[in-house]
This record gives sequence, C-alpha cells and structure tokens, in this order.
Amino acid sequence: MAEHYSSFEYKGTRWFLQRITAVFLIGVLAFHFMLLHFVNHAAEVTFLGTQARMQQVGYFGTMIAFLVTATFHGVNGVYNALINQGLTGTRKQVVKWVLVVASGVLIAQGVRTALYMAGIIA
Amino acid sequence: MSQSYDRGTIEDFGRWKEFSAGMWAWIFHKFSGWVLIGYLFTHIAVLSTATQSGTMYTQTIRGLESLAVVRVLEVGLLAVAVFHILNGVRLLFVDLGVGLEAQDKSFYASLVVSAAIVVASVPTFLAGAF
Repeated sequence: MAEHYSSFEYKGTRWFLQRITAVFLIGVLAFHFMLLHFVNHAAEVTFLGTQARMQQVGYFGTMIAFLVTATFHGVNGVYNALINQGLTGTRKQVVKWVLVVASGVLIAQGVRTALYMAGIIA
Repeated sequence: MSQSYDRGTIEDFGRWKEFSAGMWAWIFHKFSGWVLIGYLFTHIAVLSTATQSGTMYTQTIRGLESLAVVRVLEVGLLAVAVFHILNGVRLLFVDLGVGLEAQDKSFYASLVVSAAIVVASVPTFLAGAF
C-alpha cells in the first residue's frame, strides 16, 4: 500500500466541481431530509406550508442552489459511470448532449415550479 | 514509496466474489447515485403539480403519502441517501489522502451508521402508514 496517497490534484473542471458540489450537497441533502421528514412530516405537507417556506429568500435560494448542484452532481456522476463502462466516440458525444439537455430541462422545470411555490408566478 | 497492484476490472461484475471492500464501496456508491438521480427527476415531476394549482399539489402529495408502499420506498430512499452521504464523506477524505489505510474500515462504518440511522428513522417515516 502507498504510505501517502492523494488524488486531490488538478484533474479538470468537472472533477473539481463534482467534489465541491458533494461538500455542499452533504449539508443540504441532510437538511432537506430533516426538515421535510422530522420537523415537518411529509404526510402533512400542504401548498400553503410549502409557500410559507419558499417565500423566505434564504430558503428559496438554498433550494435553487440545491436543485442546480444536485442536477450537476447527479448527471455528471452518471456520465462518469458510463465512461467507466467504456463509453467512447460518437456514442459518448450523443450521451453527453442528451444529459446536458435533460439537465437543462430539469433545472428549468425546477425553477419554474419554485416560482409557482413562492407565489412569484401564479 | 508507493506500491500498486492490479485488482482487475471492477466493471467485470462476473467476478464479484473476488471483490474487496473498496470495490463494494465503489459499486454501492454508483448504485445509490443512480437511485438518487432517478429520484430527483421523479421528485421534480411530482412537485410540478404546484404549477397547476395549490389544491392539486396538496392532494397529490397527501395521496402519495397515504400509500404504504410509498412510505416503505421512502425508507429505501433514506437508506441510499444516507449511505451516499456517508460514503461520499469517506471518499472526500480519501481524495485528500486522509485515512486511506483504513478505507475498508471506514466503508464498514458507513454501512453500520447508515443502517443505524435508517432503523432509528423507521418509526417517523412509517407513522400512520398502516
């Protein structure tokens, strides 16, 4: 075994962003689960309760950041997993752009939903 | 001096009986990641009922939460999320060169702590489901 090992060296922007988003998501995902299952029970969720939370600027901003980072982290993880499975060439390019478009649609729909929840659009 | 040895290709799942703790950690992390990204797309689709009306949003969530199978699936979601978080913390430390010698033990710790958190959460997740 190596006496000292670190992969924390420059390996590209996506590699770095995957780690940065991971650090953010560790906290926010745990917070999300705690808030919506232990503080407010999921079975008792109402639109008015959701709206009250989403009308707080800090909460709204955190949820938008959660959506964007989770989408990047998840979709980039899927892309990396497929590359590990041997994805190359034209198929790699097709998969990449399908994932980019899917991410864009998910984020757009998520932001649109958040705006409805906050009552900014109705 | 560093020293490496060839464990073979982890993508060759047919030799799973030979896999070490680190390889299982890799597989569980990928599996839980696939579940979580699949759930994210589903979650946004369900929450999108808010764009129709507040009443539809409330009824959809309450309707889903009234199904016991959904509550059980939520416990499964909690399990993969907690494991992905704890193993992710383990991976960040390994990336920083901390605790590599104990990476197998930290994987086992991730499993045990995940199981403990999930078991402790079951009463809250299943309250009123049956």
